Amino acid sequence: MLTNEEVAQTIINQFGEAVSDFDDPYNLLTFSTSREQIIPLVSFLKSHSTYQFGFLTDITAIHYPDSAGKEFCVVYHLHSLINNFRLRIKVYLAAEDVHIPTMTGLFASANWMERETFDLFGIIFDGHPDLRRILNMEEMDYFPMRKEYPLEDSTRQDKIDALFGR
Amino acid sequence: MVSEELDIANKNLPAEQGPVQYVNELTTLNLGPTHPATHGIFQNVLQMDGEKIVSGEQTIGYIHRAFEKIAERRPFYQITTLTDRMNYCSSPINNMGWHMTVEKLLGIDIPKRAQYIRVIMMELARLADHLICNGILGVDTGAFTGFLYIYQERENIYEIYEEVCGARLTTNMGRIGGMERDLSPTAIRKIKELIPRFRKVLTEFENLFNRNRIFMDRVIGVGGISAERALSYGFTGPNLRAAGVDYDVRVMNPYSSYEDFEFDIPIGQSGDTYDRFMVRNAEMWQSLRIIEQAINNLPEGSYYADAPQYYLPPKQEVYKNMEALIYHFKIVMGEIDAPVGEVYHAVEGGNGELGFYLISDGGRAPYRLHFRRPCFIYYQAYPEMCKGLTLSDAIVIMSSMNVIAGELDA
Repeated sequence: MLTNEEVAQTIINQFGEAVSDFDDPYNLLTFSTSREQIIPLVSFLKSHSTYQFGFLTDITAIHYPDSAGKEFCVVYHLHSLINNFRLRIKVYLAAEDVHIPTMTGLFASANWMERETFDLFGIIFDGHPDLRRILNMEEMDYFPMRKEYPLEDSTRQDKIDALFGR
Repeated sequence: MVSEELDIANKNLPAEQGPVQYVNELTTLNLGPTHPATHGIFQNVLQMDGEKIVSGEQTIGYIHRAFEKIAERRPFYQITTLTDRMNYCSSPINNMGWHMTVEKLLGIDIPKRAQYIRVIMMELARLADHLICNGILGVDTGAFTGFLYIYQERENIYEIYEEVCGARLTTNMGRIGGMERDLSPTAIRKIKELIPRFRKVLTEFENLFNRNRIFMDRVIGVGGISAERALSYGFTGPNLRAAGVDYDVRVMNPYSSYEDFEFDIPIGQSGDTYDRFMVRNAEMWQSLRIIEQAINNLPEGSYYADAPQYYLPPKQEVYKNMEALIYHFKIVMGEIDAPVGEVYHAVEGGNGELGFYLISDGGRAPYRLHFRRPCFIYYQAYPEMCKGLTLSDAIVIMSSMNVIAGELDA
């Protein structure tokens, strides 16, 4: 059985300064890296002889509009099926520069996951073969999962019931 | 058009127009979005060379309902109804997966009885899900009989749902902290009656298909995928197991007491349509085994956890007890704050690893909620799987992959 400390130590030994913020919320190893290091890091983990993180579970993003310089966070979930070990990698991006290299060279499944993340958050995956919107229509000119597009306030008072047949 | 015909055509054209050139001799075929064989609303634009598929491109998003966005405004218990509508063939699994994610965040321990009831409901859902997938696969190959034979059993499963939660398709079953009510004697009787009857019907179904020459000719070697490609494409669930990888979340990361039950993981070899069909059939037998063990060893005790802050108190208490009234009010109004944290929880859904990635900032609703929908991820492989095959094969591959539009789009 791999332990969080053991995997974290290997990653620190290999990447040193480039990885940071190690944590294990609910026993899932989590850390951040930079966008320059994300591809070398994941390919290292994928080709590591004992770890073999050969399964990309998920890619998604989170928007933190209030943290300056770190507005967007792209989250990768990797899974080593051999060792039954999961980990989570975060890459923080600034709002004015939302570029990150694509993972499609390593995992075929990254294609649609990245398209979805682009569609909903506007993260641009450099080198992606076909970065188009996937769930929303192509003509849409904003990224709906960003926090600046709130859903309608359910407590608003200005709705006229008669217009809604109530 | 052969080249001589093209030459003749060019001779008759006015000189200034220039010769006709055929850059694209392929036929574009539009499969969907509302084609009856897609069993859901999504589109495939196929490039056909005669009868063979050269390439394909999927368009999805026709029923995108922005669940992740809606969830950011809703209190936790109201998100259950959103999960119903993802894989609507096996809603209870989605519901339970969501409850378990929130319980993990809140740190609630669920009593054994509730866990066993959940296992029973999840396995019933898996039966219903695989039943539809395999039945429809039969229909798509032209065998309507099997579908008719087994559909009565799906109805019986839905009757059990009705008995347990009052609904049939979009179940909203269970609550954060346990089940909404205990299994009634009627429900227990219905579950116990279902198992032998289901076995009989499933045997009948297998007799119709498994060694059926016509069916085998249609599905063997069609839409195969290697284990390596399947993993790269993020396959999970029966589709991955058909390719020969024995990854099952129920065994790998047991949740809700799955470690208490004895069952096997059926796997295939070539990952083709026949293997997917056989794996789903074999899984139904395993699900029946699990249900039988769970219902026979149903532990005594409470069906909900001792977490008054999160679990609605019994209605009689609300009328008499001040504490209960306060909690009732706060829970219904969604004014219960969750702790700060981030959780990833995965369950074995009908189609594979259904993951919930939940980030809480300490408020009444999630800061961010992401669903890892197995369908969405493995449907990418579809053009690769039907390359070089005929249109009728493409239909069969699609229904054997069990692509559910609701889960595709979320």
